[in-house]
This record gives sequence, C-alpha cells and structure tokens, in this order.
Amino acid sequence: MGLTSHSTGTKALDSGLVIQRQNAEDKVIALAGNPNVGKSTIFNSLTGMKQHTGNWPGKTVANAQGRYTCEGRTCILVDLPGTYSLMAHSAEEEIARNFLCFGKPDAIAVVCDASCLERNLNLVLQTMEISSRVVVCVNLTDEAEKKGIRIQTELLSQKLGVPVIPTVARNKKSLPALTHALCRMTQRTEPSVYHVRYPEPVEKALSILIPVLQEKTGGQPDSRWLALRLLDADDSLLGEMRHGLGDDFLEDKNMKDALKQASDLLLKSGIDTEAFRDLITASLVAEAEKLCQDVVLMERPVYQFRDWKLDHLLTSRLFGYPAMILLLAFLLWLTITGANYPSQALAALLFRFQDLLTALSGRLHAPEWLHGMLVLGIYRVVAWVVSVMLPPMAVFFPLFTLLEDMGYLPRLAYNLDKPFQCCHACGKQALCMAMGFGCNAAGVTGCRIIDSDRERLLAILTNSFVPCNGRFPTLIALIAIFFAGMSKGLWSSFLCALLLTLMILLGIGMTFAVTWLLSVTLLKGMPSAFTLELPPYRRPQVGSVIVRSIFDRTLFVLGRAVAVAIPAGLLIWIMANVTAGGTSLLELCASFLDPLAGLMGLDGVILIAFLLGFPANEIVMPVIFMAYLSQGTLMEPGSFAAMKTLLLSHGWTWMTAVSMLLFSLFHWPCSTTLLTIHKETKSLKWTALAALLPTAAGILLCMLFTGACRIFALIG
Amino acid sequence: MEQSRNLSQLHPGQRARVARIDTAGAMRRRLMDLGLTPHTEVMCLGHSPLGDPSAYLIRGAVIAIRAKDSQNIMIETE
Repeated sequence: MGLTSHSTGTKALDSGLVIQRQNAEDKVIALAGNPNVGKSTIFNSLTGMKQHTGNWPGKTVANAQGRYTCEGRTCILVDLPGTYSLMAHSAEEEIARNFLCFGKPDAIAVVCDASCLERNLNLVLQTMEISSRVVVCVNLTDEAEKKGIRIQTELLSQKLGVPVIPTVARNKKSLPALTHALCRMTQRTEPSVYHVRYPEPVEKALSILIPVLQEKTGGQPDSRWLALRLLDADDSLLGEMRHGLGDDFLEDKNMKDALKQASDLLLKSGIDTEAFRDLITASLVAEAEKLCQDVVLMERPVYQFRDWKLDHLLTSRLFGYPAMILLLAFLLWLTITGANYPSQALAALLFRFQDLLTALSGRLHAPEWLHGMLVLGIYRVVAWVVSVMLPPMAVFFPLFTLLEDMGYLPRLAYNLDKPFQCCHACGKQALCMAMGFGCNAAGVTGCRIIDSDRERLLAILTNSFVPCNGRFPTLIALIAIFFAGMSKGLWSSFLCALLLTLMILLGIGMTFAVTWLLSVTLLKGMPSAFTLELPPYRRPQVGSVIVRSIFDRTLFVLGRAVAVAIPAGLLIWIMANVTAGGTSLLELCASFLDPLAGLMGLDGVILIAFLLGFPANEIVMPVIFMAYLSQGTLMEPGSFAAMKTLLLSHGWTWMTAVSMLLFSLFHWPCSTTLLTIHKETKSLKWTALAALLPTAAGILLCMLFTGACRIFALIG
Repeated sequence: MEQSRNLSQLHPGQRARVARIDTAGAMRRRLMDLGLTPHTEVMCLGHSPLGDPSAYLIRGAVIAIRAKDSQNIMIETE
C-alpha cells in the first residue's frame, strides 16, 4: 500500500505503518476486528476509498488508511489486518497489535460479526484492556437476522460500558451512528469500567505489579494490560515494549523485584507460563460466553443449512475437484464468449480510425517517418492492446471478483490443503494462487496470510506459475487462432475454454511440482500449524463489484499497458526502419536471438516481444503482430483469421503456437511482480530465484516439446 | 466407560465437547483463540475431498483443522 516514509506523525513500531496527519487536530481511528467481518467494507464506505474487499479471511494484509470528516473534524481511519487475538502469532496479527498498543489511536472501533459475536468478543475484551476508547461495532446484523440471531446491543453496551453500534456495512445509512460514537469516544478520558476478572492467583500477581508499573509509566500503556503481558513473557511484545518504553524499563530494580515476586506467587499456585497463557485465554473465552448468554438471542441453531448443502457439494469427495475444474472452465468460457464480440467491434473501430489518421497525415503532408512512427508504430500497438487484450480482462476480472465476494476461495484452500500438505506447504497457498489469476503482484502480497516464513516463501516463489489476468488474453488469442477453429459456433468457444482450462491446470500442476521441489531442496521443513476459517457464503454485491473491478482495476491495468505499449511500439517501429548494412535492427536482433528461440520452437521476434513485455505482459501479442507487420506484410486487421494468416506467413505452425503458449505460461514475472517479491522477501537472492524458476521451467518445457516433436517428425 | 477420543475421530454430523488440548506452543494458542477451550461444543461438518483437513463448527464459525492437529484435541462425547 503506498505508505511513504515522509511522515509527520506517529509511527507504529516496527510495522512500517506511518500515519499521515495533516494537522495536529486530526484524529486517528483504528479499525480492528476478526478476519472477514467487513472491516474493509466499512473502511471503503467511510473514506470513499477502494480498498480491495473479498470474502476470505486475511484479505487485508497491509494497513490501509483513509480520511473522512465527522462533526467538522478530520479523522484518519486505519484498516488493520484481521486478528482473532492480540497475543499475536503471525506477522499480520503482530502489526495489528503493535498499532493498537503503541500507535496511540484516538479511538478504536472493534468490528464484530453479529453471527458469531461470542468469538469476536474475545478481541473486544482484549482491546478494552489496552484502551478505554473503544467502540464496538456489531456488523453484518442483516445476515445474522436472516439466521435468526438477534443482538441486544443496548444491553451489551450497558455491560461493557462502551458504545455498541449495530451496522450493516453494505448499507451506508447505518454508519453515521458509528462515526458519531467514535467522534465522541476520542474525547474520553476516564478509564475503562469493565475488566475481565481472572482467577485469584492471577489477580494477586497483578496487584503486585500494577502499582509499580503505574509509578513507572504513568499508566501509558494501561498498567493492568502491561502487567498481564509481562507475566505472559511474550518475547515479541517484550521487544516492542523496550522500543516504546526505553531499554532500561525491565532493568529497573523495583520492576524486577515485583515481577519476580509476582511470578513466584503464580508458580506457587502451580501456574507456569504455559498454564498462565491458558488461564488468560480461557478466562477471556469464558467471559465472552457469559456476556453472550443474555445479549445474543438465537431462534434456531446457528449453522446455515444452505451453506452446509453448498459445502457438501463443493467440498465433497466425489464432486469437490470436478466442481472446481468445471467452475474454472465455466468462468473461462464466459470470458471467451463475452470478450469475443466487443473485441471484434473494437478492432474494426480502431483500425478504421487508423485509416483516417493515415489519410489525415497525407492531407497535412506530414513526413513519411512521422506518420510511420506515430500511426504505424505507436497507434497501431495501442490499438492492438485495447482491442485484443482489454475485452478478456474486462470480463474475467469482475467474474473472478464475484467468485471471491461469494466466499468460494477459502473452499479452494480447504480442498487443496492436502496436496499442498504433501508438498510440505500450506493450504492457504491456494488462496494466493487464486489471487494470482487476478494479478501475480496481488498474489504475492496476499502470501502474508501464511504464518510460517518457509511456507510463505514457497508461495511467493511459485506464484507466477499461474497466469495472471494480463496473460489470459494472449492464451485465449493463441488458442482461438490455432486450435479452437475459426467458426463462431458454441462448440469452438467450448473447445477454447477447455484448452485454456488445461493450460491453467498445467500451471497449477507446475505450482505443485516446483513447490515440492523447493521443499525438498532449498526450503526443507515440515508443514506447520494450519487453521482456516470457512466464512459463510455471501450474496455478491454484483453492481459494485463490476464497477469497482472495471474502473479501479481493469482501466488501471490497461493504462499501465498502454503506457508501456507506447514506447515499445515506437521502439519496434524504429528498429524495423533503421537499417545497418541493408538489414533492419529488428532483423539483426531477431537473428541474434534466433538460435535460442529456434531450440524452443519460437523465433527471435517472439523473444523480443517477451523482453519488451517485461513491464506489462499485455503487450506481448501486439508487439509480435506489430513487428511482423513492419517487416512488410499487409493484413486486414482485426479478425482471428487475419491474425492467423499473418502468423502463418511468418513461419508459424501449431508447434510454434504450443511453444508460445508454454512460454506465456512460464516466463519471468512482470516487473511489478518482481518489485513486490523484493519488497516482501527483502532479498535479491529470492527475487532472482522467483524470476529464474518460471523462466527455466518455460525454456525447458519449450525445448522438450520442440525436441520431442522434431524427433517424432510430427511435421511432414 | 467412554474411551478417550480425539477430534479427528469425529464423523460428520457428530458433536462432542473438548476435554483438553494436548499440544503446546503456537498451535495451542491459535486453537484457544478460536474459542476451542475445554467444555466447548464442537461439531464435525465434513471432510475435504481427500479426507484431510476437516471442517468443524466451533462457536458459530466453521474452522478447518488438519488431522495432524485435531488428533491432539481430546474430546468427550455425550
């Protein structure tokens, strides 16, 4: 997330989270909560921002911040990653905890899922131990009501002594109550009135520590909470505390004595550190249970039979995997069919406009080189990018987002955990892989949901083995041109979707193979602990998903592709038209790459196109067309038939197409993805490996395929 | 007398209460944070296509746990 270092305000220790206050009056509001309770939806509604939302736990892995005004005051809202607890286990949970403890937010909204309030209250109770400025937001009340669950928010508010606001995040009308409560909360100075009572020995130990801490820190952070954490001996938090409170904090003699006395007292009652942690967690859970007994009214059992039936089908032994593949194939078929018509219409329109431009430049007596550069170079490549690449992206991305919104992705992780487990990896890697279909860079960032460093690295390194949205159109075009026939019938679109599905399954297969290979060589280790929440299925917000994914995502990606296509088109045109010793630069470069390309069943121009496509994969096909056209061939642009004629005239066979498919699937990740990998791993070595692995796989597969074909002399 | 059983032996549709968690460290913390404390009612909802992991209803939420981990969660059936 574009958090920059030139900050002006508080910095949450070690988390890299920097709050950008515009003036000292601005209030910082933290948005905390369990994973997948709708924090990001609330964040978007309040700030008008477009933080990516989806129905799976752990989707917000980086902190996002935005602004809104309430009662004339600017509030900076910080969307924290979801956590079950503040006794952190994973990197993202640590980020949330550190911000709540040391980021000194002016108020904290703890968002809860009304359907499982009891578990969510655990986090509320822990947050209230840190800060008195807490507002509880009971979200998704509409969903809960459908399940026959009613929350008596007034009663809960009385019990806890903080405001409890029911909301339906998807309905903006329910949010002003929340913002007003938060605004009032920022003024609160009195301490919390509600405390969880722990078993007697713990309370005694606390009463030894609290006065000493109070004297030492003045109650910042809360002494009772700090005492609990000291007894808990949580190393990562102790490190943070030294940061926040000074190195000598724990070296102080009074402090040491008190801590020793308190620990001894616990030990005398048979409570060691492990038992202490159990006691604390169990007390919190029991307290939440007690609170809910009166507050939550349940008309019938919680678990939804509709969900159960769907899960029974989508994760069953017999249908789980076929359903997965069918769903994928259906998604691809919709993409192919949906993109076909707009693609042809756009091509016709754009290339007619090219003729107009040519005519215009003739009338203006523009020099030939200028016309060539601007129209035949830049305009033509951009027109290809828009007409061939845009439509499939504009259809696939919203479809994929709908699937994500519905909550299918966690089921994918659930289904695929076992195979990943066999590769000594984590099932959540399937979630990252699925995100990779949208964008590999997003997939790499998403890997933060994986707790173990080793397993996260496995997921990051193998993410580019599945094709992203920017590579789908290339695959579709190639399959449509060479394998699925030219007829516009239903059959050819089915065939095309089927072949594309096979290509993607190959990508998934390679992901498993490489993950396994890495886990027995460079990244040895055993699979770690794994728990995964399967959230209820939700009706997707169709309208907003379509608008959001087209405007925020597709147009953004298209903009990037066009920005890359312009210089690339210019470069190709220049290379094709500047000659040295009778041959053009393009031919020289191509013939330099030809030997390697030949072994792979490709040609030099194709490799040049892949190299130029490093910043954006979307431009690979357009650059190839452009380069061939600039070598003097004329074509009627737009249709797949014309593309086929062009490619055939440059020596393509179905084998070239297969090699090209393989290489599109497996080659270096785009520059954005590599930058993201570097950001995530902070290591050049791993980044290089992430580029090397798919490239080596691609070259190897292409060579094997081409070699095999030549041996069997499949071509005449 | 009921033999000591663990969570992984629970069949889909069956319910039980947690007796104790026989694992330490991070996994124990995580399970407890999810509300899996002694006496909590758990229901097995189903298995994934390859039989592992399995899904459990824990305090209103559906949580997938691997057999390797659920073997360490001792239960008492009613």
